[in-house]
Amino acid sequence: MLRIPCPHCGARDEVEFTYRGDATVTRPGPDGDVGAFHDYLYLRRNPRGWQVEWWQHNGGCRAFLKVLRHTVTHEVRAVAAATETLEVPGA
Amino acid sequence: MPGYSGFRILTEGLRGNSGWKPAWRKAAPKPSYDVIVVGGGGHGLATAFYLASEHGITNVAVLERGLIGQGNTGRNTTIVRSNYMLPENNNFYEHSLKLWEGLEQSLNYNVMMSQRGVINLFHNDAQKNAALRRGNSMRLNGIDAEILDRDGVKAMCPIVDVDNGRYPVMGGLLQRRGGTARHDAVAWGFAHAADARGVDIIEHCEVTGMIIEGGAIQGVRTTRGEIRAPKVGLAVAGSTSTLTAMAGFDVPIETHLLQAFVSEGLKPLIDCVVTFGAGHFYVSQSDKGGLVFGGGLDGYPSYGQRGTLPTAEHVYAAGVSMIPALGRLRGLRSWAGVMDMTPDGSPYICKTPVQGLYMTAGWCYGGFKATPGSGWCHAWTIAKDAPHRLNAAHTLDRFREGRMLDERGNGPFFWAQ
Repeated sequence: MLRIPCPHCGARDEVEFTYRGDATVTRPGPDGDVGAFHDYLYLRRNPRGWQVEWWQHNGGCRAFLKVLRHTVTHEVRAVAAATETLEVPGA
Repeated sequence: MPGYSGFRILTEGLRGNSGWKPAWRKAAPKPSYDVIVVGGGGHGLATAFYLASEHGITNVAVLERGLIGQGNTGRNTTIVRSNYMLPENNNFYEHSLKLWEGLEQSLNYNVMMSQRGVINLFHNDAQKNAALRRGNSMRLNGIDAEILDRDGVKAMCPIVDVDNGRYPVMGGLLQRRGGTARHDAVAWGFAHAADARGVDIIEHCEVTGMIIEGGAIQGVRTTRGEIRAPKVGLAVAGSTSTLTAMAGFDVPIETHLLQAFVSEGLKPLIDCVVTFGAGHFYVSQSDKGGLVFGGGLDGYPSYGQRGTLPTAEHVYAAGVSMIPALGRLRGLRSWAGVMDMTPDGSPYICKTPVQGLYMTAGWCYGGFKATPGSGWCHAWTIAKDAPHRLNAAHTLDRFREGRMLDERGNGPFFWAQ
């Protein structure tokens, strides 16, 4: 069971949250070409290690959050609001 | 090496079973090969077998980080079927099912292939229409499919609660030629048959880097030294992204968890494969007596090979809804595999941006049934440096070209496939 410390609601179980994808990809601007949109939608680093992810707290404040989580140990190290930046350790 | 046969069992029995040899050699790596296959699971071993048997390429190494067949090949729910809707997919899976039907003779190994039938239950009109559409698509492509009504489901699998108050069963889509096979024996059988044709199976040999010169692959660096080859095929399931990162490119894959479960042993209870239409649950009974069952993804990326309890709870709850008698059953073990999820739920068997580097990947949670077909098409693609028509659509570039193979229409979300 993952415990995710929501900055608005406190530590909650994973069942209250939904994973919504890799938070390191950036949507291209309106002048972005097909290749840029392809890479944004489909290509993923898929790291074996630390990853910054989107999780939505559906069962609580419903906010979209950034979560720094390890993809082998599942450790959740940091959670922040969507507008904040999380640094990946060792990156 | 003499083959396996009933006669040999008899004669070995009379000789105190002293003549049995290991089913494959423990090979040490040579400095170079014609083809290196990375990954000693079913798909990698099948690739090596079909390179040798179909294309005469026997100077082949299969590199495995641990022991063969101990990744997803040993972690699945052993179901074999070809009940897909899109022609690109059902033609491929049907080819794979036909290979399954003759696999024991091709490999001279008992993989315990059992065509006991696969039923996908439906519980409302919309699901029924979707099942009819899928069944018709299968029949148009020459694949067997039948629609069962409620009574037909009850007759074939009486233990299913067809009159469930919340999810009454309207019927099911049946593929009689579907079934199960012994997962470990599939890896062992391909290893045995590939080894007999000269393939080196090298265990405890982890790839740590790719040797690429002028945009073309020249070999791999491993924990057992550098091994050179002009062609390298990847068959590493959830670890595909890790290896393509070594080759300098990203792929449309996210690695997710899928759990599977086995119960305590029982007398014969379920003699087919049944999937629930109102929750994530599918079940069959192994020859040893345990019920083998699973559900959906845990829902977040992981390389951890272990799941968490909320998903286990959902799977058990869905199972008890479909078959209330399971409520008295004890679970014995659960485990998880790492799935290489793609944005449309369909796989890649293709060339890559690096000349001479090929892959069979993105099997989501449908890789086991594809084992022979994946190996067959991957071997063809490696040998000819071009895809077979059966895997021509399964490219990495299909999203760029707007030709995705979205079997379920879920949109470009890795975790939703």
